[in-house]
Amino acid sequence: MSVSLTESAAKHVQNFITKRGKGVGLRLGVKTSGCSGMAYKLEFADEVASDDLTFESHGVTLLVDPKSLPYINGMELDYTREGLNEGFKFNNPNVKDQCGCGESFKV
Amino acid sequence: MALLQISEPGLSTLPHQHRLAVGIDLGTTNSLVATVRNGISVVLNDEQGRLLLPSVVRYLEDGSVQVGESAQAAQNLDPSNTIVSAKRFMGRGLKDIGDVSGSPYRFVDIPSTGSGQAPGMVQLRTVAGVKSPVEVSAEILKQLRARAEASLGGELVGAVITVPAYFDDAQRQATKDAARLAGINVLRLLNEPTAAAIAYGLDNASEGVYAVYDLGGGTFDISILRLSRGVFEVLAANGDSALGGDDFDHRIYCWLLAQNELPPLNPHDTRLLLTRARAAKEELTEHAETRITAVLSGGEIIDNLLTQQVFHEMTRNLVSRTLQPLRRALRDAQLTVEEVKGVVMVGGATRMPQVQRAVAEFFGQTPLTNLDPDKVVALGAAIQANVLAGNRSGDDWLLLDVLPLSLGIEIMGGLTEKIVPRNSTIPTARAQEFTTYKDGQTAMSVHVVQGERELVADCRSLARFELRGIPPMVAGAARIRVTYQVDADGLLSVSAREMSRGVEAHITVKPSYGLSDEEVTRMLAESNAHAADDMRARALREQQVEARQLLEAVQNALDEDGTALLAPDERAAIQDGMAALGAVLPGSDLPAIKRAVSKLNELTVAFAQRRMDNNVARALGGKKLSDLEM
Repeated sequence: MSVSLTESAAKHVQNFITKRGKGVGLRLGVKTSGCSGMAYKLEFADEVASDDLTFESHGVTLLVDPKSLPYINGMELDYTREGLNEGFKFNNPNVKDQCGCGESFKV
Repeated sequence: MALLQISEPGLSTLPHQHRLAVGIDLGTTNSLVATVRNGISVVLNDEQGRLLLPSVVRYLEDGSVQVGESAQAAQNLDPSNTIVSAKRFMGRGLKDIGDVSGSPYRFVDIPSTGSGQAPGMVQLRTVAGVKSPVEVSAEILKQLRARAEASLGGELVGAVITVPAYFDDAQRQATKDAARLAGINVLRLLNEPTAAAIAYGLDNASEGVYAVYDLGGGTFDISILRLSRGVFEVLAANGDSALGGDDFDHRIYCWLLAQNELPPLNPHDTRLLLTRARAAKEELTEHAETRITAVLSGGEIIDNLLTQQVFHEMTRNLVSRTLQPLRRALRDAQLTVEEVKGVVMVGGATRMPQVQRAVAEFFGQTPLTNLDPDKVVALGAAIQANVLAGNRSGDDWLLLDVLPLSLGIEIMGGLTEKIVPRNSTIPTARAQEFTTYKDGQTAMSVHVVQGERELVADCRSLARFELRGIPPMVAGAARIRVTYQVDADGLLSVSAREMSRGVEAHITVKPSYGLSDEEVTRMLAESNAHAADDMRARALREQQVEARQLLEAVQNALDEDGTALLAPDERAAIQDGMAALGAVLPGSDLPAIKRAVSKLNELTVAFAQRRMDNNVARALGGKKLSDLEM
């Protein structure tokens, strides 16, 4: 069971956390909402919750709550550029179907 | 698939509900758009990687519009249809702009729509029709909006747009109108110096006084801010609307002409040398010397070496010209240099080492320069937009702005009664009660003014409206509540309500034009300089109002009871007293008016006594005592 970052994503995350001035890592998870059932959660984490599962990837601590893990197990988070836009992209092997925008998904 | 950004803890957005918000620095020379992405404020670039969008709009015959670099390139070719610095015309009448003889534009004056109405905002005739400065600004905003939506991958929920601290209601409203025209929801208008202070995180810093030194392409602004309890107050604003980085380019250009003994150049060569001059200026920020080379259209070869020292020498008086408004601003704020806790540098021209040195020397401290001075205003606006859009748990962060000039109402005698004082934090609402001046008065004119002076004539008229349907009552009996409400953008709505019957009238002040920055600074300075004059003027006007009221009352009494109750010589004496008062009334001899008023009062004591007795007798006549005791 694990989640990970690409090297490029890790660099950006580290940079953002440094500039933000605080934070213990990056929280990944899912929420039950959205047009296709599930939506990703991507937040700065200021503290580790007692039941959090933690992973290290390229020097960044990733926090996942146990309920979310099955949905994103094996997932790799990447940082990419699309035209003028740039941001994080979830490469999730569990996804069977996703809405056109890719912001929500089904497993 | 959509790309995601990192949110603050607990603030992940639902799919398709990203609260995309931007900060826009709508500048005279260049404009920028910024947003907070992954917790960091960043300026958004276009497809070519350019951050600054020149604030230039060109209208073409086929109705199409060019904005930015392409419009700027056509400036020499098509000067009358290529609008630069539209910000200078926002919310301005033709009269406000001053001398336009040197301008390439075909201005259209919009005259006043009626007596007492201010004239409309100036318009510009282009090949694509008559355009208002609001429409021109909207084109720039549309471009920035498109850039933001392409960069953020979605529709904006809103934007914070910055305006100079000295912008009055008319200019602020014009800016808001331009945003609406561009399809942008304005979360708030923010003062530029305040935005710069936010970008430096000064709102989280300890309380104190900060100076913002803003030397842009063509304008210089200095603002003195005080931060207290998370609120930035603009204590003083000053500047020079015709001084900026372009003047430094021009000095180098003139030096090149002199060095090479060139005759006046054609527009193409002028532009070429100005571009080279600008590049040389930028080069000299980092290097001790730079070589300027160019080949003119006539084949002349320019090849000169310019050292930092020579450049600093030739621009010395430009730098010192910025220090004068600085001193004035500090004096207006009644502060000494030592009381200034920090200095923020804004505007590309503040990169020049001689400017930084002069400012450091003046304040006796190193100014803040670690943020890019071109971006700092947009970055601060983006931080504010992010909070207003709800992307940050904002309990630690409540930033208010303040009103630049007092808002008041005209009262009898042409005097100003301030309702919302200058530097009040906004949004705010204030109410005050007024009454009628004459018996049976059924209407009241509400004249809204802005400024610091005691006399209406010295303030700026913003709006006028009438409250009708006041029930007839004796003078002073009616109660009319006038409420001034200023929203978070500094825009004013005024309502007047008669309390007994509830008739109401109101107006949203969208003045058709307003004050120039020179006028605002002048008005502020004058209000201090003329404080004593104003006090005397107020005392005189008040005495005149009282005297007129007395004359009117005596005349009414004479008309009613003069023949019945007065002997001819008594009547003549009173009429003499009235004439004496009437003679001194229009003058400015306050003691003489006072003496005439008390003389007339003395002369009429006996008459008033008799009238009173007479009225009592009339009221009691034919009534039983028991009726009266009821």
